[in-house]
Amino acid sequence: MNGEPGAVLECREVHKSFGPRAPALAGVSLAVPAGRLSALIGPDGAGKTTLMRLACGLLRAERGTLRVLGFDPAVAALRIQERVSYMPQKFGLYEDLTVRENLDLYADLHGVSADARAQRYPQLLHMTDLARFERRLAGRLSGGMKQKLGLACTLVGSPQLLLLDEPTVGVDPLSRRELWQIVSHLVREQGLTVLLSTAYLDEAERADRVIVLQAGRVLAEDVPLGIIRLAAGRTFKLTPAAPENARRLQARLLASSAVIDAVPDAGAVRCVCAQADGPPAAGLTAVAPRFEDGFMVLLRRSHAPEALTDIVLSNPPAPSSGAVIEVRDLVKRFGAFTAVDRVSFSVSQGEIFGLLGPNGAGKTTTFRMLCGLLAPSGGVLRVGGVDVARAGDAARGQLGYVAQKFSLYGPLNVRENLEFFASAYGLRGARRRERIDWAMRQFDLTRTAGAAADLPGGFKQRLAMAAALLHEPRILFLDEPTSGADALARRAFWRRISALADQGVTVVVTTHFMPEAEYCDHIVIMDSGRVLAQGTPAQVRSLAPRQGELEPTMEDAFIAVVERSRAAEAAAAGAG
Amino acid sequence: MAARAMSDGRARLARVRTLVLKEWRQMIRDPASIAIGVVLPVILILLFGYGLSLDVKNVPLAVLDQDGSSLASGLIGDLRLSPYFKPYSVTSLHSAERLLAAARVEGILTVPPNFAREARTGTAAVQLIVSGADANTARIMEAYVSGAVAGWAAREAPALAGPVGVQSRLWFNAANDSRYFLVPGLIVLVMTLIGAFLTAMVVAREWERGTFEALFVTPVRAEEILLGKTIPYFALGMVGLALCVLSGRFLFHVPLRGSLLVLLAVSMLYVLVALAIGLLISSAVKNQLVASQLTLIVTFMPATMLSGLLFDLRSMPAAIRAITYVLPARYYVTLLQTIFLAGDIWTVIVPNALALLAMLALFALALRAVTRKRLA
Repeated sequence: MNGEPGAVLECREVHKSFGPRAPALAGVSLAVPAGRLSALIGPDGAGKTTLMRLACGLLRAERGTLRVLGFDPAVAALRIQERVSYMPQKFGLYEDLTVRENLDLYADLHGVSADARAQRYPQLLHMTDLARFERRLAGRLSGGMKQKLGLACTLVGSPQLLLLDEPTVGVDPLSRRELWQIVSHLVREQGLTVLLSTAYLDEAERADRVIVLQAGRVLAEDVPLGIIRLAAGRTFKLTPAAPENARRLQARLLASSAVIDAVPDAGAVRCVCAQADGPPAAGLTAVAPRFEDGFMVLLRRSHAPEALTDIVLSNPPAPSSGAVIEVRDLVKRFGAFTAVDRVSFSVSQGEIFGLLGPNGAGKTTTFRMLCGLLAPSGGVLRVGGVDVARAGDAARGQLGYVAQKFSLYGPLNVRENLEFFASAYGLRGARRRERIDWAMRQFDLTRTAGAAADLPGGFKQRLAMAAALLHEPRILFLDEPTSGADALARRAFWRRISALADQGVTVVVTTHFMPEAEYCDHIVIMDSGRVLAQGTPAQVRSLAPRQGELEPTMEDAFIAVVERSRAAEAAAAGAG
Repeated sequence: MAARAMSDGRARLARVRTLVLKEWRQMIRDPASIAIGVVLPVILILLFGYGLSLDVKNVPLAVLDQDGSSLASGLIGDLRLSPYFKPYSVTSLHSAERLLAAARVEGILTVPPNFAREARTGTAAVQLIVSGADANTARIMEAYVSGAVAGWAAREAPALAGPVGVQSRLWFNAANDSRYFLVPGLIVLVMTLIGAFLTAMVVAREWERGTFEALFVTPVRAEEILLGKTIPYFALGMVGLALCVLSGRFLFHVPLRGSLLVLLAVSMLYVLVALAIGLLISSAVKNQLVASQLTLIVTFMPATMLSGLLFDLRSMPAAIRAITYVLPARYYVTLLQTIFLAGDIWTVIVPNALALLAMLALFALALRAVTRKRLA
């Protein structure tokens, strides 16, 4: 065997590009140590998937050397494929096969003997809690169960290396936590080597080692504590004094050159300072640094802060009292399946309202009904004082909608996309030109050329938002706008959203990224089509049990309410 | 290492078996596969069999009696008693033409003035105008009317001086010269759909759902994946073939003049060619929608239009006829028509089967070259 002893996967100066775009990997060197859990961390487009695919011989590097278990994937892919297991992003399950049949398939392909199966299946099924569903079709499992079945399938062949590509994306926090527990257990008890990629920074702390990938380059390779220490002595917390809210305080802090990063956190604002020489202002209390803080310090070393100017609307919506959006007992059924089950909430003007929940919770369905894209099966739905079901078009004129994945026209450039959307909204002549100029200026799109499909994610997000605001809507809907976005793009996005809300635009946003709830004025947590909790972020957070000094996070709250609701359901089923 | 090499063959076999089992389970659980493999042949059989039936019964026919003699009404009475026609009496050619144009009747039978007088001199004839929209029905109607008139004339022979002619004219499709073979046509369409279309779809689906990505990172070999896709759909193709042949034989009494064995052999050959095309397309196009469109355009449409199934190859312009030589369906249609309607004519079967075999070899080589366990 070649390579450094102890390194199961080694890359040296690996390059890989697809077409004319920026390379997916631009000189990546890293080593994954044996018997450890390594996390590959980075936003969408950082090159995580490409790296995994190169490692299992599914793609070929242009330059550089790769060694996986001592083999070169370019010439001995099969040797590697016999020894590693890989879970691709969509889990690689056959949805029309049952849980057991999926397991059998991968056991057969890996040549697992009947004896070994008899020993391993009960373990795997117990560990993933899938024993009850052995005969269920994989397609009928929830996202979290699919993810665990995918993991079980990768484990039947007793791999020497486990590669998991974003196993936790879009899955509810409860399932995410369970997956991490299973994987950590395997690493500790059985000495398995795991490389897991994720876009969630908070997950990194649970790994033994982290590799931070950004735009095809390795920013850092360290133990999590090494990254956290980068922010040592620089993290503080500041509570806003009324009437200022956390969002405005955050914006004010970010404007200062002494501050690298600021995020709303449990009603206060956490900030990371540029220098580690004590609190830069009065009222700041020191807090322990987190992984994300260290990550931001790291990022700032290579990325100059974006000069952000807040968006200024030319005609802010006139103030109005009462609810802008009113939802009562909203129901949506697809056949026998109830996607949205008696959901009620209301949103007032200038509010940022968050719909939170994992994939399949019913967020997008609720959203589509709010926008008049889907007829409800029951309940009341008033947007801007208009019944959406009856007067779809009248309601739609006051709405701006940013769909998941942005629905831009890939082959058109920035201006052409804006021109198209302007025409679609019925803008003509001088007014159209004026609005497009406004959008290009406000969203800093003037310097971007080329087709929208080739723009980086952050630009697409800006362009999509600009397009949705062309007709000066009073209400802006955004469906998973930050999914896969990097930390910087995420912060820029929320800054823009805050500016819009301050000028009277009502914003409704969905996300499965729980910490983002802190940016919202009110949130609703959904799971399996039902509202489990709603209120201000602080109210929702308080639903989680307090653990000592630590303030419970939004994720803790989510897990607490889901567990409580499932326990109540089980009790009701037991009583009935 | 020796033990490992020995068990290698067995491991390969086990992997192919498990892939076939997986594919089979997916196939029987997927409504689309069953629809294309079993329901579609049945629908095509019923459609071709009854919709484009060879039997003509109760055909509406406008009858214009311009003669009014007892002889003429005797002839018309005979038609009225026939199970094949449903005559409507009309009083003018104009109204008859209106009925024909509106497709209320399929033909117009005119008994001309002086029919009775001419019958006695042996120069009598009736005029038949037939709608050519459905060429098959038209041809059969002509034959039936002629038969009915001849039968009537034979019985009336003592009163007639000679036979009575039928002057027939075909309207709407005067140059019609298509041939129509029910069972061969069905088999080609079904085999093409199962072999190329269904296979291209299921492979593209594996790309789309990301299942290939997980499958590739196992000890499985690329050729084992190919076999795992080929075997179940080959079997489904054979089911479709059996359905077509059996229904042709027992539902519609189509003769099979050649041997069943030869039919089976050439059909296997064609299914394999179609499978290879389907797999080739899906290795290039990893998207179900595009794969289905492309397969329809590359295989199904030509199999319908350019194989000699609907339109006679000899009546095509030379340039288009040249194109048909690259279509596997062309050879298969020729083979099927020969085996079903003429018999085991080896001078036709051997060259056409060889052409299919050559295509299979070519596609198999191409397939082996493009199939790798790689994503890009």
